[in-house]
Amino acid sequence: MPNPHFHDAARTLRTHADFWSLRIVEERTQTHEIRNDIAQPQRMEQDVGAMLTAWVGAGAGYAATGDLSAAGLQAALDVATARAHATAEISLIDHRAIARPGKSGSYSSPNLERPLPGRKEWVERLGIECAGARIDSRIVERIARVFITETEQTYITSDGVRIDQHFRFLMPELSVAAHANGDTQVRTLGSYATLAQGGMEVMSRFEFDGAGVRIADEALQLLAAPNCPSGPRDVLLMPDQMMLQIHESIGHPLELDRILGDERNFAGSSFVKLDMFGKYQYGSELLNVTFDPSLPEEAASYAFDDDGEQAHKHYLIRAGMLERPLGGRLSQQRANMEGVANSRASSWNRAPIDRMANLNIEPGTSSLDEMIAGIEHGILMRTNTSWSIDDHRNKFQFGCEWGQIIENGQLRGIVKQPNYRGISSTFWRSLSAVGNADTRAMFGTPVCGKGEPMQVVRVGHASPACVFRDVDVFGGAQ
Amino acid sequence: MNVMTRFAEAPQKKLDWQGYFELIASEVERLRQGDECVLSSLAAEQSDFIRFNAAKVRQIGQVSQGKLTLRLIDGERQAYSTLTVCGEPAADFGNVAGALATLREGLRDAADDPHLMVDRSSWTQSIRRTGTLPEPAALVQAVAERATGLDFVGFYAGGSLSRGFASSSGSRGWYEVENFNFNWSLYDASGRAIKSSYSGESWDEGAFAAKLAVAAARLPILSAAPRVLAPGHYRAYLAPAAVQELLGTTSWSGFSARSQASARSELYKLHAGEVAFDTRVELSEDIELGITPGFNEDGYERKTVPLVGLGRSVGQLVDARSAREYGLVPNGAPGSESPTALSMAGGDLADDDVLAALGTGLYIGNLWYVNFSDRMNCRLTGMTRFATFWVEDGKVVAPVDAMRFDDSLYRLLGSELERLGSQPELLLSENTWGERATGGMKLPGWLLRSIALTL
Repeated sequence: MPNPHFHDAARTLRTHADFWSLRIVEERTQTHEIRNDIAQPQRMEQDVGAMLTAWVGAGAGYAATGDLSAAGLQAALDVATARAHATAEISLIDHRAIARPGKSGSYSSPNLERPLPGRKEWVERLGIECAGARIDSRIVERIARVFITETEQTYITSDGVRIDQHFRFLMPELSVAAHANGDTQVRTLGSYATLAQGGMEVMSRFEFDGAGVRIADEALQLLAAPNCPSGPRDVLLMPDQMMLQIHESIGHPLELDRILGDERNFAGSSFVKLDMFGKYQYGSELLNVTFDPSLPEEAASYAFDDDGEQAHKHYLIRAGMLERPLGGRLSQQRANMEGVANSRASSWNRAPIDRMANLNIEPGTSSLDEMIAGIEHGILMRTNTSWSIDDHRNKFQFGCEWGQIIENGQLRGIVKQPNYRGISSTFWRSLSAVGNADTRAMFGTPVCGKGEPMQVVRVGHASPACVFRDVDVFGGAQ
Repeated sequence: MNVMTRFAEAPQKKLDWQGYFELIASEVERLRQGDECVLSSLAAEQSDFIRFNAAKVRQIGQVSQGKLTLRLIDGERQAYSTLTVCGEPAADFGNVAGALATLREGLRDAADDPHLMVDRSSWTQSIRRTGTLPEPAALVQAVAERATGLDFVGFYAGGSLSRGFASSSGSRGWYEVENFNFNWSLYDASGRAIKSSYSGESWDEGAFAAKLAVAAARLPILSAAPRVLAPGHYRAYLAPAAVQELLGTTSWSGFSARSQASARSELYKLHAGEVAFDTRVELSEDIELGITPGFNEDGYERKTVPLVGLGRSVGQLVDARSAREYGLVPNGAPGSESPTALSMAGGDLADDDVLAALGTGLYIGNLWYVNFSDRMNCRLTGMTRFATFWVEDGKVVAPVDAMRFDDSLYRLLGSELERLGSQPELLLSENTWGERATGGMKLPGWLLRSIALTL
């Protein structure tokens, strides 16, 4: 658990601020990678630092430092206090009205006590899949990689609250490129989308062992496939594309700080307005979306957010009706609206803001076979490769690695470069089938970007396969 | 004691990162064993960050951080370790020694790396530029006063940035600047906005006020009824900030020698000679812009690299690893092989003549969220954002709500390129992912015969 020295150092902090908090984050990351059967150099990173936050009157300020000595922490608190004072008269948020965190607690990722293999074993394991992908001379690049991150963070307040959270994340990756006749097709295990908490069971969950040859074969199939046809079709999105669809056109639009205008200069705003909660039909009645930090294996599970708020599962959209935004304690007070515990920071050197965490679609009742059988003219798509959406999170265009035509209830040929476009505010109303729990899978990514200064945080998305009616589908250049 | 006195900020200690790094490099050499070689890289900053919404302060703070990367090479084996440092040598020496010991232990089981390559020559270079930056407390007051009545949303990032390199062969590189980057958006009641930026190394409140006033004067046009456009092809002018989005995405791996050798480059067909841009297109990685360190983590001094000449590929960015793997000559590229100071040659279209030359069409001030819809054909999609207007007979007549484009860079810089701006604009990187970035781009605007809008 975190160094007890930090708690001792916190006891000695002195300030005239009305309230202060100390958030210390220590993160250790290892990367192992085999590319074209060559072990890439091992990379290790240890990042540790502290953020001090002070509230003075209506104002608030922060200071982040890598100097964790008592003097270093005190100097940072002095800066935070001075910044808070300097802005007390022109603070957007009246911090005197903000409830302070009041509960202590702790959290640990699942199976944290079970050790992971050493470098040698990782190299061997990754090497097997990398070599397994060498099935044809048209395979031009093969990469097998794993990122392992362990994070310990401690949050202490001037009111005596202490929260200790200890996470371990794994993200296995495979990427294979096939090239012939001027074309290149890439197939992956889920590009930057296979993040989860836990231990070696994460490798099994993403079916890593044996995936090298399968992915290589699929890359060759794509190379031989025609372009995705153009025109309106029903679309069956598998969970590794649904995660992106949820993320961009439900998650970001429901972030309360966007709705309140904080992100308009960079990440953007939202087509969702405050008065839409409780009365806006976001999607069809099949749509049920939850903020769920309680699934221990999902990437963004935690017990408390980075402002010390205890996290619980909540429905954001129920039977298609918009109920609740993704807004932490500060945003809730500003909007006079209930939210969730999602005030999060990328690390010790960035201040918390409203973020997604685990944002999931609850299972429906349809089997995968039933969904396919119910499509007369459609396409199945899996594994995101391209994403773009407007600054109000409305007009989107997404692309996938893999497409498979569906005609008259039957899966037909493979097509490459399947893309589709739509508008969030109408797209979810075309949701016509939601897969059952057997079709549901859990994905996560460490690169959700937002904020000024910019931050990337880990998010998780679990979803069943879903069908959408009459979507504008198209392929690559002819 | 009055309130102002009680909370007055004590003079802050400014870390001497260059002196610190020299001591660290000496300590690393002392700890080195046998024929080991160590390359050390430092990225440090002391930055003030201020976010504004509705002309008030949303968040304000300071970040002081340093990251040291040690790369231990023993024979043909190598490994990397990156650690946070606090800037006090006595406090950091123990962690540095621990990191080196861990690396050394790890190399015992490591296989030879057939693609290991570093510059073992010895060189020295140092750039230090001090700036004049605003005090945070004074800055927020200036914004509060000058943006009264405006829906001002913005972000200030300013402070010192340091990048250092040291090697066992005696090379020393240092790059340190004090600068700021302040960008803001002025919104009107319709929800449309004008975005502006003010960056540099010498803050002048008068210059900031003037830029703010220029932007505010443009607000009335936003309240005009927007022109609704159907999907189709439109004549358009892309301002340099919009061009930056297109070339920024293309630069992810479009100029990478490794990506080209793996047939994954978005500009694969250009480098293979299968397609060409218009002959006026000239692109280079321009180290002489002075906005990025002149050395890389492999120990090579960087130099300007021509990338596109007369519309054809004339070079790629090659880091040492790619050089050894593919038998190429390293040209100082970073490990990502992405440009950090991309420069595009200008043409003959003066800024004052842009609207007249456009005639009737779209003036696109900014693009947003650009990604690939077909990588092998360098087909890009994205959205218009901020100042995008419909122009008729050389006059701005209406704003245009956000539209999606989907078009190939080969077409835009080929058959559709009519003229290039004559005054390329220096756009410093606004990236603050984990740390404030160095670098940027210098780009002209593009006058296009057409761009495809799809949604």
